[in-house]
Amino acid sequence: MADSAIILDRRKASLSKFERHFATRDRTVVRRIVITAGVSFFLLFIVLPLIAVFVEAFRRGAGVYFAALVDADALSAMRLTLLAAAIAVPLNLLFGLAASWAIAKFEFRGKSLLLTLIDLPFSVSPVVAGLIYVLVFGAQGWFGTWLMDHDIRIIFAVPGIVLATLFVTFPFVARELIPLMQAQGRDEEEAAITLGASGLQTFWRVTLPNVKWALLYGVILCNARAMGEFGAVSVVSGHIRGETNTMPLHVEILYNEYQFAAAFAVASLLAMLALVTLAIKSYIEWRASRQLFPETT
Amino acid sequence: MSIAVHNIHKSFGAIKVLNGVSLDFPKGELVALLGPSGCGKTTLLRIIAGLERADEGQIILSGTDASDKDVRERHVGFVFQHYALFRHMTVFENIAFGLRVRPRSERPSEKEITDRVLKLLDLVQLGWIKNRYPAQLSGGQRQRIALARALAVEPQVLLLDEPFGALDAKVRKELRRWLRRLHDELHISSIFVTHDQEEALEVADRVVLMNRGTIEQVGSPRQIYREPSTAFAYSFLGSVNEFRGKIEAQGVRVGTDLLPHVTTAFRAGDDVLGYARPYDIEITPGDTNAPGVAAKVNRILEAGVMARVELVANGPYRPAKPDYFEAELTAADLADLKLTVGQAVRITTRRLQLYSGVDRSVEV
Repeated sequence: MADSAIILDRRKASLSKFERHFATRDRTVVRRIVITAGVSFFLLFIVLPLIAVFVEAFRRGAGVYFAALVDADALSAMRLTLLAAAIAVPLNLLFGLAASWAIAKFEFRGKSLLLTLIDLPFSVSPVVAGLIYVLVFGAQGWFGTWLMDHDIRIIFAVPGIVLATLFVTFPFVARELIPLMQAQGRDEEEAAITLGASGLQTFWRVTLPNVKWALLYGVILCNARAMGEFGAVSVVSGHIRGETNTMPLHVEILYNEYQFAAAFAVASLLAMLALVTLAIKSYIEWRASRQLFPETT
Repeated sequence: MSIAVHNIHKSFGAIKVLNGVSLDFPKGELVALLGPSGCGKTTLLRIIAGLERADEGQIILSGTDASDKDVRERHVGFVFQHYALFRHMTVFENIAFGLRVRPRSERPSEKEITDRVLKLLDLVQLGWIKNRYPAQLSGGQRQRIALARALAVEPQVLLLDEPFGALDAKVRKELRRWLRRLHDELHISSIFVTHDQEEALEVADRVVLMNRGTIEQVGSPRQIYREPSTAFAYSFLGSVNEFRGKIEAQGVRVGTDLLPHVTTAFRAGDDVLGYARPYDIEITPGDTNAPGVAAKVNRILEAGVMARVELVANGPYRPAKPDYFEAELTAADLADLKLTVGQAVRITTRRLQLYSGVDRSVEV
């Protein structure tokens, strides 16, 4: 009796919380169908294309592959992509911190408007986002003549690409932080202040450590999107080879010119970026869950 | 440090939370701010700490006006209801926090910090968990660490906001006793907020009873319990039986019944509200013409040291709602009465506290 109870308990421990209860346990047939459907969909639409990228990239040999990567235009595209991310990510980090701090800790007029506007880049098509900048800063745009008079180029130049990247990656950090900061409340900050900490000390020693994993998570996602953005950047870039092409745009150009192996070679870099991002993201999630439920020391 | 507040007013939007509160907290006492939720007690505590600003009025700390002083300059230790421990720091670091954030010139050396923290951990009897994180502690342990953290900066006043509110009954009782002992050791002026009258009466030197943003009564636990000065005070501090009626020569006329009571405080014809504790209720069996309020036995609860009898009014008496009375008596007395459920009885009171019946503020 006792032994079988223990065995049963062990079996239960390895089951999901739905399977542990009789009422929510499905029949084996149902279970197999659902799992097969889920896994085959995943293999067909996600894993297969990913493999295809690498297979196509190496189709004409490693020589062609590496040649495509060290091509001057490809290198310039990589530099521009890195530059756009290097500017957009820190700026959005600052903005995300400020906005989520404001939303989580203060009551003010227009708070819900700010909350809605943070999501705007998610809801609007990236192409429209790019067009907005063309309409504002382009030759026929509101500030077009003034900018031309002062010889400042934004559209079809690097600043436009940075602006478009900034716009589409706007919500990532703030979206991660707001729910967390709201859930944490201000108790700990108040405690820090009553213990004599200054505003800055409270921020560095209490607020920031409490959100650091969420912050990092947001930065990682923000970075992935900044490097991978196509639509908005495509509109403002002008596709000037070696000047205003980012990596995704470079891939498209190569593909349109039937240089498939080269196109896939550059694309494989982006795919690897995605894989690295996922790995870091999983690591952060694991660390964050450990922080919430640390092991007994 | 002595604390005084003068004529404190505070509103949150249209809601008036504190309405002209003035109090003196003598040095070294443990004072309870007691009242129902929403009475303004926590707000008052937060104003004293400097976490909120009063709309009007002054906070006097050690005889000097501290109304405009920053929280950091007030040297108060604050203990939060939900502990507010820094979740990413160990217990040790939590307690050391207040010392580590001091400007370099005032900061103790690493060794002094360690010594002080270990001493405080001893004081709260939790030296063995110094390397744990708050998430690994029980509620009672967390609150003790929160207290040690507040004491680390050697505050002149200790303010505790519902310190045991989030704990279960047994731990609560233990911590109460422990807080009292700690206070007797340290003699630091302390104010704690609670909505639990038992807790306030058991732990505090003095109790400040608050209701709707004003002070109802200030006194020793004994005074508060034995001599409640307002109807609210009486009804908040224990179970009550309520009798509404008019004063007559022989007693209080409740509906058509007469509740015998001698009073000089009211004149014949005055509307009064009479309160009696369950143990002051006397039951006379039989629907006689004897004095007392007519009632019917509803339930007899014999579990416990004292037996309780639940009665329901049995007369043309305030028909708007059923009137329940509760009597508490020893098992022996209950056996003597030979009560049965449904039996008609008369109830009288050994002790009746009368308040002006015009006062409608009592709704507990």
